Amino acid sequence: MAQPFNPSVPIYLQLCERIKNKIVRGELGMGTRLPSVRDLAIDSGVNPNTVQRTYHELEESGIVEKKRGQGTFVTENSVVIRRMREDLKISHIKLFVTEMREMGYSETEMLDGLNDYLAQKEENE
Amino acid sequence: MIQLEGVSKRYLTKKALDDVSLQIEPGHIIGLIGSNGSGKSTTLKLISGLLQPTKGTVLIDGETAGRRICRKVAYLSELDAYYSFFTVKQTVDFYAQTFSDFNREKAEEMLEFMKLDQSQKVKHLSKGNRGRLKIVVTLAREVPFILMDEPLSGLDPMVRSSIIKGLISFIDLEKQTVIITTHELQEIEPLLDTVILIKNGVILDQKSVEDIRCNENLSLVDWMVEKYEH
Repeated sequence: MAQPFNPSVPIYLQLCERIKNKIVRGELGMGTRLPSVRDLAIDSGVNPNTVQRTYHELEESGIVEKKRGQGTFVTENSVVIRRMREDLKISHIKLFVTEMREMGYSETEMLDGLNDYLAQKEENE
Repeated sequence: MIQLEGVSKRYLTKKALDDVSLQIEPGHIIGLIGSNGSGKSTTLKLISGLLQPTKGTVLIDGETAGRRICRKVAYLSELDAYYSFFTVKQTVDFYAQTFSDFNREKAEEMLEFMKLDQSQKVKHLSKGNRGRLKIVVTLAREVPFILMDEPLSGLDPMVRSSIIKGLISFIDLEKQTVIITTHELQEIEPLLDTVILIKNGVILDQKSVEDIRCNENLSLVDWMVEKYEH
């Protein structure tokens, strides 16, 4: 079956995240049509009402647009997409920093560690 | 809408349901969960009119659930209730003749989806394929209420997943409501809108699955265990 869901986070939010990630990665380009509610429900093995809610949520935040009788499309408003990309980055950084801080790393340690890691990776590639 | 008001059901001396009141809104997939012998099957049988309550009333869209409620309710039994000498095709024909709301086309489509061979005899089907056939003949009926008693039990993961996908594909939630009893909570969880938790014939709680995740940060299994232990 499809990717499993985290059991303690609402599924509609997890689906939102998945779609946003796809947009950020460019798998879903601006103006692309999203799968129909039913198709996405079947693909991810969830209730169609949940997918409906996901699309509704994305529509509220302006990331997708519903066109009557045609389906749901990724917005062509690049400002919205850029903002979403930025938000996603910040939320991941926040998570990283919080966890590192909880384990007792200082800011310089985090920055140095990150720089070292990236430099090393570059060498290997 | 399904309404149970003060419903009790007694089998001789054993109380199966004790003063149960419930309201089930249309357009949802509802999981009826609880331990063995908690009253899940009894509840479904009362809603489908196969049993009569000892006390209280069961109303389906305002109509008392009796013999004729089967026009509105499709019921999938946990037992195999098919003629074993029939082929798959004959079983489908039999259902098509029995129920005027049976959608032959939809049945064919589902047989295809479930990869069932129409010429095979029911007695020669594997348990998994018998499970699939049951789903096909139940979901092919165009009725507002579909009740499924343990549609997943004893089946392998591949069959379970094909049944779950079949459910999502072939149910029309704008017109239909589904109630499922199951112990396969993890698998069914993403499918459910609402759960009804029952213990010893009493309803412990009725809640939206997303609310359980959102407000209590619990998975369905953890929630059930917590509620059961209190």
